[in-house]
Amino acid sequence: MTKAQHFEWLLSLADDALILGQRLSEWCGHAPALEEDIALSNVALDLIGQSRAILTHAGLLEGEGRDEDRLAFFRSDREYRNLLLVELPNGHFGDTIARQFFFDQFAMIRYGHLAQQTFDLEIAAIATKALKEVRYHAAHSAEWMIRLGDGTDLSKTRIQESVDRLWPYIGECFEAHPILDAAITSGAMPDCKSIELTWKERVSAVLAEATLILPTDDWKQVGGRNGLHTEHLSYLLAEMQAVPRLHPDAKW
Amino acid sequence: MDLNQRFEDYIAADQKIEAKDWMPDDYRKTLIRQISQHAHSEIIGMLPEGNWITRAPSLQRKAILLAKVQDEAGHGLYLYSAAETLGAQRDDLMDALIEGRAKYSSIFNYPTLTWADMGAIGWLVDGAAIMNQVPLCKCSYGPYARAMVRVCKEESFHQRQGFQIMLNLCEGTDEQREMAQDSLNRWWWPSLMMFGPNDESSTHNEQSMRWKIKRFSNDELRQRFVDMTIPQVELLGLTVPDKDLKWNQSTGHYEMGAIDWQEFFNVIAGNGPCNKERIAARKKAHRDGQWVRQAASAYAEKMRTKVTPNQTNAA
Amino acid sequence: MSSESSKWPLWEVFVRSRQGLSHKHVGSLHASDATMAIANARDVYTRRQEGVSIWVLPAEAISASSPADKDILFDPANDKVYRHPTFYTLPDEVKNM
Ligand SMILES: [Fe+2]
Ligand SMILES: [Fe+2]
Ligand SMILES: [Fe+2]
Repeated sequence: MTKAQHFEWLLSLADDALILGQRLSEWCGHAPALEEDIALSNVALDLIGQSRAILTHAGLLEGEGRDEDRLAFFRSDREYRNLLLVELPNGHFGDTIARQFFFDQFAMIRYGHLAQQTFDLEIAAIATKALKEVRYHAAHSAEWMIRLGDGTDLSKTRIQESVDRLWPYIGECFEAHPILDAAITSGAMPDCKSIELTWKERVSAVLAEATLILPTDDWKQVGGRNGLHTEHLSYLLAEMQAVPRLHPDAKW
Repeated sequence: MDLNQRFEDYIAADQKIEAKDWMPDDYRKTLIRQISQHAHSEIIGMLPEGNWITRAPSLQRKAILLAKVQDEAGHGLYLYSAAETLGAQRDDLMDALIEGRAKYSSIFNYPTLTWADMGAIGWLVDGAAIMNQVPLCKCSYGPYARAMVRVCKEESFHQRQGFQIMLNLCEGTDEQREMAQDSLNRWWWPSLMMFGPNDESSTHNEQSMRWKIKRFSNDELRQRFVDMTIPQVELLGLTVPDKDLKWNQSTGHYEMGAIDWQEFFNVIAGNGPCNKERIAARKKAHRDGQWVRQAASAYAEKMRTKVTPNQTNAA
Repeated sequence: MSSESSKWPLWEVFVRSRQGLSHKHVGSLHASDATMAIANARDVYTRRQEGVSIWVLPAEAISASSPADKDILFDPANDKVYRHPTFYTLPDEVKNM
């Protein structure tokens, strides 16, 4: 993989974490219970922490003097490489949990591989730390899937709707892409198919316990890895980037 | 021994009153009122700052602010727990809050308009809160005192991160310095109001002092806060919006100008700039979360009834 | 407005701060079940690495001694000072005992 590809690949990892962390942080102060407010903030903090470490690493690799903040606050939506899934609005608590559950299961498998590979040792170290965090996130979101799925009739209907609504955005997690192919060829990532199989197996098990139905429709929305996003991302970035862009020379 | 006498002896000997000890009704009521107001303040206080988490100007600042606001949720939770040891129910306290029957610190009804407000709040509002709260670590009611020890331990980083934001702004561009001064102008007086009305017009002071729920008077704490803060203002190169402020060599204290108590009582009465929004936000979170809390309860109930008698005994 | 069925029970939280120490009561929280109570306890009471192990207990499962019985429960131990090592004065030559 070329340096440019390597850089782009790191951005995709960092952006998934950053955008989802940003979304989750919107919950702060508004969660269904005080305890859950604290839990969601913890997940957001972990994700933001992961993105910072990866962005810093990416900036150093690129060698153009861009630090984590330069990369986070001065890239346009077209330069963001995250999955569409993570930029979707929070919706209600069930929507947030379903999105989190799908992503956590994916991130857990991905970090599991990243911690083992030797192509990029810095990423291996970051992944080893992140893996512990993501395991906890995955337990949290899976438990909520089960509570909501097997809770009341209302919650079952709502969370099933969330699952169905998000389903078209799942395929992108396992979608082939030139940058990803380069990462696979250099041994940094396993092939998408094997990730998908493990993911489906684990997700199915939780959904079964939650008495929910795994959608079978295989239509997928893609584009995030190429910088072609949903309408939601540029709003998110406008909010996130407003202050540093208004004062480009300032230090905070 | 007479229960009331025993209670009074405990207070006199600086012994802690614990949840199951006998206590006068008024002591219990006063504590529930004070602790729940304090808890509400922590929770409502999350909103003006939470407002800026998504717009923090660096990733590190975002993480710090998120961790800080998360701490405030924790503080609310510790305090609601302390109130529950007195027989109050968190749900009832929450209902009182969202129905507008409960009070909370007036400061959180002011809007956060710029990033500098995150600095001013951490520095001044958390600073004033710490000033108020440190004495409460020695309050006569054990669970409250212990909750406050935990809170105060966590607060120490809040004020520092706020001051650091101000420092960075004051060492930054002209626009950043202006932002810092503007923020100080807006938060200075409301921060001084956080200590409550002047001693002569404060209704709860005397009894609370006797019961060792309160240890210093409002004016005493306010004076300490001003004495501590003015040198920091000078260090930042900023000025407080009080033309009457002056150092009094003979008393060794700063003299401050008159506080606009009309504004204070207006805000307390529900007419501050953001009272309605704050309550509406809490109400929305509580109502939107209802189906989630119900689902979790229903699921727990299903699991509980699934357990066979054998398993119950095994523990 | 809050309907009965959405109330989560209260749990008391005990945290072991370091390996080798006993669990200590740190506070309480609300959770719908034990799994959630442990997760919440982790997030609420150990955000600063305060613990290595957590116990949660339904608050209603705790039986407490009555404060009114304090005298009969604990005063009798008052005069058994010989249970405490400081009761015994040893010659200075005996250093570590
Ligand atoms: Fe606080
Ligand atoms: Fe506070
Ligand atoms: Fe604070």
